[in-house]
Amino acid sequence: MTTVQRLSAVAQTLRAYAVRMVHRSHASHLGSCLSIADILACLYWNSLRIDPERPDLPERDRFILSKGHAAAIVYAALAERGFFPVKELETYCEFGSRLTGHITRGVPGVELSSGSLGHGLPVGCGIALAAKREELPFRTIVLCSDGELDEGSNWEAILFAPQHNLDNLLLIVDYNKIQSFGRVKDVLDLDPLADKFRAFRWAVREVDGHNMQQLVDTFSEIPFEPGRPSVVIAHTVKGKGVSFMEDDLAWHYKSPTAEQVACALQELGEGA
Amino acid sequence: MRTAFIEELVRLAEQDERIWLVCGDLGYSVIEAFGDRFPKRYLNAGVAEQNMTGVAAGLALMGKTVFTYSIANFPVIRCLEQIRNDVCYHNLNVKIVAVGGGLAYGSHGYTHHAVEDIAVLSLLPNITVAAPGDPVEARAVTRVLASRPGPAYLRLGKAGEPVLHSAEIVAVYGKAIIMRDGQDMTLISIGGMLANTLSAADKLTQAGYSVRVVSMPFAVPLDEDAIRSAVAETGVVLTVEEHGIGGLGTAVGECIARSGGTAVFVPLRLGRYPIKTAGSQEQLRASQGLSVEGIVHSAEDAYRRRTPMH
Repeated sequence: MTTVQRLSAVAQTLRAYAVRMVHRSHASHLGSCLSIADILACLYWNSLRIDPERPDLPERDRFILSKGHAAAIVYAALAERGFFPVKELETYCEFGSRLTGHITRGVPGVELSSGSLGHGLPVGCGIALAAKREELPFRTIVLCSDGELDEGSNWEAILFAPQHNLDNLLLIVDYNKIQSFGRVKDVLDLDPLADKFRAFRWAVREVDGHNMQQLVDTFSEIPFEPGRPSVVIAHTVKGKGVSFMEDDLAWHYKSPTAEQVACALQELGEGA
Repeated sequence: MRTAFIEELVRLAEQDERIWLVCGDLGYSVIEAFGDRFPKRYLNAGVAEQNMTGVAAGLALMGKTVFTYSIANFPVIRCLEQIRNDVCYHNLNVKIVAVGGGLAYGSHGYTHHAVEDIAVLSLLPNITVAAPGDPVEARAVTRVLASRPGPAYLRLGKAGEPVLHSAEIVAVYGKAIIMRDGQDMTLISIGGMLANTLSAADKLTQAGYSVRVVSMPFAVPLDEDAIRSAVAETGVVLTVEEHGIGGLGTAVGECIARSGGTAVFVPLRLGRYPIKTAGSQEQLRASQGLSVEGIVHSAEDAYRRRTPMH
């Protein structure tokens, strides 16, 4: 199996975890989880310099999930990668569990609690600034949603990062074109998004967020330009991997029935 | 107070290389003292307080002790969610410093009146809320905040406040400072109202009252022992603050109610509505009953309402 095939298989496994977790807890945001499965597989199994045995290692890369509502699949990635037992995923959103519906620091491997949008990039800028000034070699990676770019705080940070030459910072935009109440182009259109980032002096790459080869290659090339922060605009499909969830706003909210879970797992190659 | 703060912060930063100062493009002619001395630990984040506070949280995650600095409401209410989620929820070492607390920006208008800050920040988890009463307290409280990990808020005045302590003091975390002892009544002041409160106490003393004056530089944690003692030993308690409802008066009132003690209690504070007219800080204070004469008048009135046991 090639690296790309292996990573794609991991992504399918993560999707299956997310489907089961969201079903079990009657939670939501499944579509938002599925759109970032390939990105997470590439980061956690290929691109990030991390050690699950030592989650607090000072020289680790920092990954911040700014779209905190996609917590389920990040927890799945962390558990599957060995940060904590996979068995614990069954407690997702259960009373007393540390695996809350929005991602929470304290879970091994989680750098920042988020949930309200527009927080991850400013915090990531602070981490990257400290690393830059002290010449620490790690990278800071922030994953945000497209709807999240409505938040003014992000644009403050997008101004800030090039001002301070934060080429140790990577922003990944999960551009699945759907935000919580409709199509991005109908709510607050972001396009031309790449041009906006270029105008703000970021080094920009656009990728198919489900093409593992592109993800592997792109993440291996940061910084794209010395002295500039990097942004990857990942064109994705909300609900990717489960045919009846793809590109459908409803799966921002719905929890799948047992029957739907069986269908979904079959499509993901896991059987019922 | 702001100069006292910066001088103290520079002193502390000489000894502690974790200390950073992050400003929101304000502090002209004041904070250069820090930036010139420690350029690698100084940052002007621009007119962008949400990002400034998020950046401060990120720096704190990297082990820094970060002071954010701007004026009035800008470093507080503009970025309240960043303070709540990024700083307080994560219990990070970020100290929010606001210059021009209360009505210090008198004629600038209500946008520049920081009169809800103590109430708003007191609600948040893990945070210490401090408002020193003079430059000496500002230095002492800055030392305390820098030495304790965790979030904090420091409300300062502007420039030229009178020095009210005769010598340098050591502030104790969460403890009040007894400025004068007395038996007939207690005036508890927070922040920049300390000068008027002491002047009012002078006049009340001349009129024959024995007045206790307590400076309360920490709103959170509140020195409840000092409040209970004031209730038990003087029976008349007035709080004096340049702030609306929800600040010191509200907290002291709750403390008295929970303590089971009885006292005549009068919170002197700002009214419920924005001040829409111009005026100097003292003129606006006076319009709200917070002049020296206003405090004296309220104190005499409260004393007349005391129970005969006292």
